[in-house]
Formats: sequence, C-alpha cells, structure tokens
Amino acid sequence: MEPAKIIEHSGGVIGVSWLLIALPLLGAAFLLLGGRKTDKFGHLLGVATAVASFVVGVLVFLQLLGFDPAERRRAVPLYDFIPGLTKMGLLVDPLSISFVLLITGVGSLIHIYSIGYMAHDPNRRRFFAYLNLFVAAMLLLVLADNYIGLYVGWEGVGLASYLLIGFWQHKPSAATAAKKAFIVNRVGDFGLAIAIFTIFTAFNTVSFAGVMESGADPSQGTLTAIGLLLLLGACGKSAQLPLQSWLLDAMEGPTPVSALIHAATMVTAGVYLVTRSGAMFFPEGSTAAIAVTIVGVATLLAGAIIGTAKDDIKKALAGSTMSQIGYMMLAAGIGPAGYAFAIAHLITHGFFKADMFLGAGSVMHGMNDEVDMRKYGGLRKVMPITFATFLVGYLAIIGFPLLSGYFTKDGIIESAMEYSSTLGWLAVLGAGITGFYMSRLVFMTFFGKKRWEADAHPHESPAVMTWPLIILSVGSIFLGGFLIVGNRFMTFLGPAVGQPEHLPSFHPFSVPGLVTLALVAAGAALAWFKYGAAEVPVTAPRGSFLTTFARRDLYGDALNEALFMRPGQWLTRLAVFFDNRGIDGLVNGIAAGIGGTSGRLRRVQTGFVRSYALSIFIGAAILVGAWFVVGNL
Amino acid sequence: MNGTIPAPTIEYALLAPMLVVFGAAIIGVLVEAFAPRYLRSAIHKPLTLLTLAGAFVITIWQARTGIPTTPSAMGAVAVDGPALFIWGTILVLAFVSVLLINDEGHFVASAAAVPGSAEEERALTEGATHTEVYPLVLFAVGGMLLFPAANDLLAMFVALEVMSLPLYLLCGLARRRRLLSQEAAVKYFLLGAFSSAFFLYGTALLYGYAGSVDLAKINTALGSVGGQDTLLYIGVAMLGVGLLFKIGAAPFQAWKPDVYQGSPTPITALMASGTLVAAFGALLRVFWVALGGLEWSWTPIMWGVAILTMVVGAILAITQTDIKRMLAYSSIAHGGFLLIGVVALGNNQQQNASALSALLFYLVAYGFTTVGAFAVVTTVRDAGGEAWHLSRWAGLGKRRPLVAVVFSLFLLAFAGIPLTSGFFGKYAVFQAAVAAGATPLVVVGVVSSAIAAFFYVRVIVLMFFSDPAADGPSVVIPGGTWAVGAVAVLATVVLGVFPQPVLDLAHTAAQSLFVR
Amino acid sequence: MELYVPILVLAVLAAGFAAFSVSIAPFTGPKRWNRAKLDAYECGIEPTPQPVGGGRFPLKYMITAMLFIVFDIEIIFLYPWAVAFDSLGLFGLVEMVLFIVTVLVAYAYVWRRRGLDWD
Repeated sequence: MEPAKIIEHSGGVIGVSWLLIALPLLGAAFLLLGGRKTDKFGHLLGVATAVASFVVGVLVFLQLLGFDPAERRRAVPLYDFIPGLTKMGLLVDPLSISFVLLITGVGSLIHIYSIGYMAHDPNRRRFFAYLNLFVAAMLLLVLADNYIGLYVGWEGVGLASYLLIGFWQHKPSAATAAKKAFIVNRVGDFGLAIAIFTIFTAFNTVSFAGVMESGADPSQGTLTAIGLLLLLGACGKSAQLPLQSWLLDAMEGPTPVSALIHAATMVTAGVYLVTRSGAMFFPEGSTAAIAVTIVGVATLLAGAIIGTAKDDIKKALAGSTMSQIGYMMLAAGIGPAGYAFAIAHLITHGFFKADMFLGAGSVMHGMNDEVDMRKYGGLRKVMPITFATFLVGYLAIIGFPLLSGYFTKDGIIESAMEYSSTLGWLAVLGAGITGFYMSRLVFMTFFGKKRWEADAHPHESPAVMTWPLIILSVGSIFLGGFLIVGNRFMTFLGPAVGQPEHLPSFHPFSVPGLVTLALVAAGAALAWFKYGAAEVPVTAPRGSFLTTFARRDLYGDALNEALFMRPGQWLTRLAVFFDNRGIDGLVNGIAAGIGGTSGRLRRVQTGFVRSYALSIFIGAAILVGAWFVVGNL
Repeated sequence: MNGTIPAPTIEYALLAPMLVVFGAAIIGVLVEAFAPRYLRSAIHKPLTLLTLAGAFVITIWQARTGIPTTPSAMGAVAVDGPALFIWGTILVLAFVSVLLINDEGHFVASAAAVPGSAEEERALTEGATHTEVYPLVLFAVGGMLLFPAANDLLAMFVALEVMSLPLYLLCGLARRRRLLSQEAAVKYFLLGAFSSAFFLYGTALLYGYAGSVDLAKINTALGSVGGQDTLLYIGVAMLGVGLLFKIGAAPFQAWKPDVYQGSPTPITALMASGTLVAAFGALLRVFWVALGGLEWSWTPIMWGVAILTMVVGAILAITQTDIKRMLAYSSIAHGGFLLIGVVALGNNQQQNASALSALLFYLVAYGFTTVGAFAVVTTVRDAGGEAWHLSRWAGLGKRRPLVAVVFSLFLLAFAGIPLTSGFFGKYAVFQAAVAAGATPLVVVGVVSSAIAAFFYVRVIVLMFFSDPAADGPSVVIPGGTWAVGAVAVLATVVLGVFPQPVLDLAHTAAQSLFVR
Repeated sequence: MELYVPILVLAVLAAGFAAFSVSIAPFTGPKRWNRAKLDAYECGIEPTPQPVGGGRFPLKYMITAMLFIVFDIEIIFLYPWAVAFDSLGLFGLVEMVLFIVTVLVAYAYVWRRRGLDWD
C-alpha cells in the first residue's frame, strides 16, 4: 500500500500544532535572555514548557485518531518561508506524531529527572535552556513538511547537541568531544544539504508532498544519488558506520543529555529521515535501500562489539545505542515491511535506553560521578529502585520474552530474515552479543563484590530522579507488546509510510526467534561466569587482540586518522603550497587590489567641504551630460 | 481680479499623522519657551513618544479604512498605499530612535558655547541640556512624512527643507567631540543647501518644461510637449542630484561618513533610518509618477549611479577604522542595493508592484537593523565618550558576549546572511531586478555584498577572536538603549525567519502603486 | 534660440548700466572726505579693531538679522493674502491665523530665551 495523500488542514488542535515547537522555543529564549534573574525558577519553567508541549502532542494525537486512517496525513501551512522556493508548514501524520509523543514524553521525564541530577550545578538554568532548545529543534525536524524545515531542525539539534556535550567545557575532554561531534556531523550534514539541493533541482520543490506528487521523473541515477546522500546525512546524525566515531565521545555531556539526545531522540533522526523519504528515495530493493540495510547491519555488529569491551558504563551504553540504531536502520532499509518495526523499536528503545541511561546517571550520582564499572559492584542493595528499573531496561533490550524489546527486535529480525537470510542471521548474531555485553554491564554494576573507591558513599537518588525511572521502566515492559501484537502500530503507521500487502503475523516460536533466545541466554550465561560469579579486577587486564580491537572502538578513530586526517593533512599541505603560489596570489591580489583601491579612493575623502561640493558639482555635470547622451540616442 | 481664487479643499483627516506631528512639535517649542528647565525633559519625553505612537495609530487606521486613490490637498500631497507604508515605517523607526535619544549623555549642554570654553564648563556643571532636541526631531519627522507623500515639486521642496534644517542643527549637538560635531553640522548644512539649490533649479526647469510642478501633470506633459528636451533633461538631472544627495548615492555620498561620524549617535540612527526611508519614498514617487514615461532615459543613468554607489560604498568601507564611518559607508552601499530596486521599476504594473514591495520590505528591514547597530555603538564607551575606533572593539565578545552577539547579528543582517532580515531584503530586491532584466546589476550587487561581507565579518572576528585590551572600553546599557536593541534584534530575527506578514503588507501597499 | 534673445539683451543692458554708473561716479560726484565715511557700514556702531585672522563674529548681529528675516517673510505672506482677502474668505482667515500663531510660537521661544535682549 502506498502512503496516503496529504490533506491541507485547519482548525482544532492540529491547526495550532506549531505550539508544540513554539512552547519549548519560548522557554529556551526566555531562559537564555532572562539571565541570572531566572536562575531560581529556570528549571521549573523548562520542565513546564516540555510538559505543556507533551500535552499539546497528546491532544493532537487524539484529534488525529478521530480521522479515517486514510485521512490522517494533515498538512498545516504556516507561512511563505522563502518566497518562490518553499512554504513553511507542519506535517502532522502518524509518523511525525509518534516522534512527537516520544520526544515530548520521554523528554519531559528527562527534564524532570534533570532537576535532581543538575541540582548542584551553578549553570542549571542554562542547561534547561539548551534542553528546551533541543526539544524545539527536534520537534521542528520531525514536524516540518519540507526538507528545508527539516534541515533547520537538523542543524538546530546539532547545535543543541554541541552545546550540551560541551556543557562542562571546563573539562578539555568535553570541549574536544563537542568539537568532534560537531565536525563529524558536518560531514553528514554536508551530504544532507547536497541531497536537498539535488532534490530541488530534480523536482523544483522541497516539500514532501510536492516531491511525492510532482510529475517530475528524474533519472534512476539521480534518485540513487539523492538516496545515498540522504543516507550519508542519516549516518552522521545517527552515528552509523562510517560516521560513528563521535557518539562514544559525546558521553562527556551530562547524563540526562546522553539519555535524551544521544540515546532516545536525536540519534534516531537518521532513521526518521530514511523512513520519511522511504517511499520517494528508498524504494524496496533499490541501491540506496540496500546500502541502508548494509550500513545498519554493519553498525549493529560494530556497536555490539564495542559494547563488550567498554568499562565506562556510559560508553558501553553508547555502543549499545549504536547497535540498536543499526537494527532500526536495517529495518528501515527493508521497506514498508520494516518501517513499522523500525519506528516501533525506535520508540521502545527510547524508553528502555533512556531508562538505562538515567539509571546509569543515578548510579553515577551516588558514586561521585565515577563511570568506571570496574569500580562499581554490588550496588543492587544500596540502590534498590535504580537497580529494579535498570533491570527492566536490561531485560527489555536483550529481548526477554514479553518485554518491549522482545517484540520489536524480533519483528526486525523476522522481517530481515524474509528480506535476506544473510542479513537476518547477522542480526541474530548481534542479538546474541547484546545479551552478553548488557549482562556484563549489569553484573559488573549491580552484582558481585563492592569495588568502590574509598570515598564513595552510594545512596539511592531522590524521588525526582527515581520516578521518571519508574515511569520509563513501565513503558519498557508493556509498550512493545502493545504496539506489535495485532499489528496495531503497523496499521497506524501505514498511511504515513506505506505498509506491505500482507500484514505479518506474530510467531512466538519461529526458528530465528528461538535461536535468538538461545544465543541471548548463552551470552548472558557467559557474562555471568566471567563477570557475575568470577572476581572482576579493578584495573582492566590487557586482554586479547580482540578486546583491544573493541576497546579502541574497532580502530574507528585510527581509521579515520589514517584514511582522512593524514591524507587530509597532506592534501592541505599540498593545497597550501599551491595556494601560496597560485590561488592565494590571485585572492591576495584581489584583496590587495580592493584594499589598495580603497586606500586610494579614501584620499578623495579629504574632509574639506569645498572638495565635497566640487564632487557634487562634477557629479551633477556628469549626470546632466549623461542625460543628454542617453536622451539623444 | 477679486473673486477669482477659490478656497482649496484640504482632507485634514488624511493628513492627520503629519498634522499631529507638526502640532506636537509646535507644542514642544512652547514647552521650551514657558516650562521651567527642570520640567522640560519630563514633558518632552512622553509628549514625543505619544505623538509618534498616536501618528502611527492614525496611519494604521487610515490604511485599514481604505486607501485613497486620488491625491489630496488639491494635488499637493498623495496619501496612497506606499506613502502609508512609508509613514508607518518612519514613525516606528523615529519612535525607536527617540527611545535612544531619551537616554542621558548624548547631547551637548550648551551648543553655542565654544568647545572647551569656560561657558561650556559652566553649562556642564549646571547640568543643562538641550531639550530643544525633541521639537527639532518632531519637525524633522514631520518633514520626513511629507517628503515621500508630496505630490508636487514645491511641496516636496518644502518637505525637504523641513526635514533637513532640524537635522543640520541636531548634527551639531553631540556632547563629546564637539569640534567634530560642529564640523559635521556645518558640512551637512552647506552641502545640503547646495543640493537643495540643485533640487530647486531642477524644479524650475521642469516647471518651464511642463508648465506645472504637479508630478502627474509633468508626466502628461512628457507626451505632449515637444522641442523642449533640453529643459527636461537638465531639469530631471538637477532634480535627481537633489534626491540622490539625500540618499547618499555616489558621487553625492561624500557628506555621509563625515556627518554620520560627527553627529550624536542617536541622531545618526534617525538619519540613517528615517531620512533614508523618506528620501527613497520621494525618489520613487518622482521617478515613477512624474517620469514614468521616461524610463528609457533614466534607467541607464540609474544603472550607473547604482553600480558606482555599491562599489564605492563597499570598497571604501574596507579601510575604515572608525565604526561609525564604517556604518556610514555600509549605509551608502545599501543605498546602492536599494537603487537596484529602483531600476527594476518600469516594465509593467506587476513588475512595478513587485519591485516596489521589495524596496519597501528592504527599507523596513534595513531601518531596524541600522538603528540597532547605532544603538550598540552608543553603549561601548571610553572615558572620552563612545569608543569609535575599531581597535577598541577587539575582544568585546569576551568581555560582553551579549552585546557582541547582538552587534554581530546586525552585521550579519547587513551582510545579508540567511535567517536575518537583510537576506530577504536583498533577495526580494535582487529577484525583482532579475525579473526586470537587470541581471548584470544584480551581479554587481552580489559582488559588492561579498566585498561588504568581508568588513562586516572582520568586525565580528575582531570582537570574538582578538584578545581584549587591558584598558578596554566599558559597556553601559541604559534602559532606552536596551529596549531599542531588543526591538531591533526582534525585528531582524523575525523578519529573517518569518518575513511573510511584512512582505504581504508591503505587497498590499505596493499593489495600489503611487497614485497619479 | 530667439526665445532667449530678449533676456540676453536685457542682461547685457543691466550689466552695462551697472558698470557705467559705478565707474562714472568717482569722476562726476563731489568729493568731501571724512573718517566715518571710510568705515564699513556697521549699523552705526563704532567698529572695534578686528583681531588677527578675522576672529569670531558676535552672534548678536546674526540673531537680529535672522529674526528680521523671519518677520519680514511673515509680512510678505500677509500682503497677497490681504489683497485676495475677499475671495479667500473664511478659509484664508483661518489659515493665516494659524500661520501667525506658528510664527508667534517661534517668537515666544526667542523672547523667553532672551534672544531679544542685547546683553
């Protein structure tokens, strides 16, 4: 089934859905401009705008449900953005509203959590301002009805991410990480920008509706190019191979940021981009779509392998995020059969990964901001709520039967299996590794002996931090089943992205499903023997070649250095050499020429009123003369 | 002989905004005459602001109740769509400038005293200040309102003088750097008088040609009068000199840097915004209403003037080391960009409307940004007054990031970076010019923009990437200036992100074109 | 071109007359010298010795002269109105009163600011 047509909408809550973006944006503006005066209540205002935005989102969702499924794609025109090029408007449809609810819902919980987490930070107000800015930009990204609006939101979340990674800029590592994220993302954004230019050239419009309905029929090559460029953009934002290297470093930011931006929402923007453009640029079986699936599978394995070797709890979780987004990418590349699973996994992942990141934050909060898991151990007794909620998230991500992740990840594996058995089995393998590294994380943190530093006094976090955890863990338990069973989500999403002719039926005991479960169980058991039952050394052992490989992020940075940085430096040197001789000579020549002209012309400005009058007189004479010449032509 | 002069009909309601402003100015003079010194300022400030706000409300009300399609006051004044739009713009810009004027410390204690003399010292210690500024500003604003609405050359000349004479005086009232300020005033006066003479001479010659000073009648005469082309050409050229002088188009731009630099900065803001808007309104009216049938002869000349203006403005700005002079050259360059829009007039009704609406939008966008930029200039101060030398601005981003960011925003808007108002202004004007077939002119415009961007960005780099001097200037932001900055930032950003309402408004205003 | 011939002739005649009368006066007129006659005309006030380089000029003269011009012009406006008073009727009267009031306001300002005082 093809996606439904987009209908112009006015009235009702949908008519004012721009409020979704405006509320957090106003919050951010107020907090940033208000300065220190707003320090006292800044965090509350930040929470209030996020929650208000969530309420609006729910109302929009309810109104949308009131329409016939085929009429659930609603365009809300706002204004003429760039006259003659594009109008600015919002597209409210099942896809965007799913994101809206995730962003504002999980976002609100993380805002609330941050009240406690950032309680002692002198710049808490600024932090909330950035969080609000992020929410607004992210909502613009998913709600815009055209690629330019999407791009503005895309850059907006990039900016917010940069500001938040480097929030503790006094730490050089944080500042460097922020810069790295920014630069790597530039590569992706460059791809996206060129994709948009190409789209405009090929279709003479940049709106989703316009591209979908335009009569233009660009060549297959152009379509593939656009698809691959969009994929490049998606790789940058979603930390997919080969642009994955920034995400692990991005964990330098405050933990709520890691939860909100670098796990639940922003990094999924790439999946959104692919899904949104799916019908147009990633048709089933096209080169671009195949590239998406390959990138997805490669990343899901790479992320999982990195996750096995990290001792830093946040970096281990970041590796897991990469891996899970890899699953989503894989599903998104499959086509209509996979979209619903990709987005459903995205939503459940948003819940359980935010849950676990916030749980990790809660642990760090109690452990003097220690992130090394080798210095944790036995925390389940002192932090019972954190442990319980983390356990739920853990069970959900490894795909424990009947929890959220079980349904959504299994859906992806099944549809991948149908698409290509090779990809399917690789995805199963990834699930097994997930079982290992997540179990390792949980055992090292909450089980075993205490390996705490002498001055650590772990304690349970305040209620303002634990309640969001509890709510998120409830979502992690039930959401997946709710979405997947009976194809509820697939039929809901269908009008927006298209759905397969035959709806898949859910087999709890298919062969891949059973193999997956077995592998996960094996992985967990292995982890138990190595990290639960056995002693965990406080300093990391040297480990084998493979461990080093994983610890060094699969040599991703080294590869970047060898492949791009060194040749880049050589190229730069070469370019500088030629630049000095040729181009620079030209440019400097022009600059010097202009400067020289300027300096010479400046002498005309003598400051003597008589010479000014003379210049006016001569000018008038020339004007009169010119008029005669032109007049008598 | 008696009984042959009929009493004219005058549409007082239509002229109300001007009458309100002039009336308030006269009341202001009475306040100066009779109110005790300590009360004057307290009366002037609300009076001036309320007057401008009231006149603005009346203008809005007029625009909503319907735009007249014939000239008023026996053809002397035309209150049409563009005029109302320009009035609204001028009134808002003047309001904002007055907020800037309200803040202490811009004006001299005793203008007549010799700089550095004992009298000046005494006036300073007495705390005297020239509250005449307010009625003078109101007179100037009244002139600015009449100038673009004047429908015959004599009314236009009167408006020109009413607008300019108070400005000549205001230029000489700077509190600091008295000699520079007086020099500016004298230069502006002498050159202004010189250009007024050209204007008047042109008017006389056109009267000789057409037998009327009424713009519409001159237009009709273009088709019917033969064999007097000499009078026509010289007349039009002379008239053009007078108008182009006020805009600061090359080669009549020489006064601008000196005058902008020497004047009290709030007055510079008023001149750079209000006067420019008014002068463009008048220029457009003359060239469209009176010389509408003569495009073939004036378009090539405007091409030349526009190119020269852009290039001179952009190139000369590069070597400036004084922030106010740099902004003055930037204003010259922007005058050139606006002239591109004037060239785009003329092919047909639709083309005219789109060019006109582009110009109107540009004027609004540029007006706000320039007032904002000069407002920022007033805040950066040394012991001897405002710190004008660019070297003093080094590292401002590290000392006062907000001020530096705001100023950078204005500079980026001047450069025409997307998501600022300046982008859409340039975009609209260039688009109209391309549609009119003036593509080479647009190319020159873009190249000049690129050159101009260089010196805007240079200031930004200077503010953010240079180390601040140990004895750097202090930043003082009084309440009024703060408000001006906020309004200008808001306008620059909103017009850059959300330009449609104002574009629509400009389009509606331009749709009716100037009445003939 | 014939259009301008009379003007040209008039201009030549005028210039010729001026040149003639100025140049003939020294020869035909009586010559009775005294000191006051050789002084520049300064409203009857004894001129003070000029400082080197011209010096600064007292503003008093300027202000008086400017005020004179203002009121002079007022009279010029009043004259044609008086001539056409009947035909302009009430409208003319109201406008002229407004005009005079405006000038009066300026006068009040000058007066209150001691512009009319000599010292």
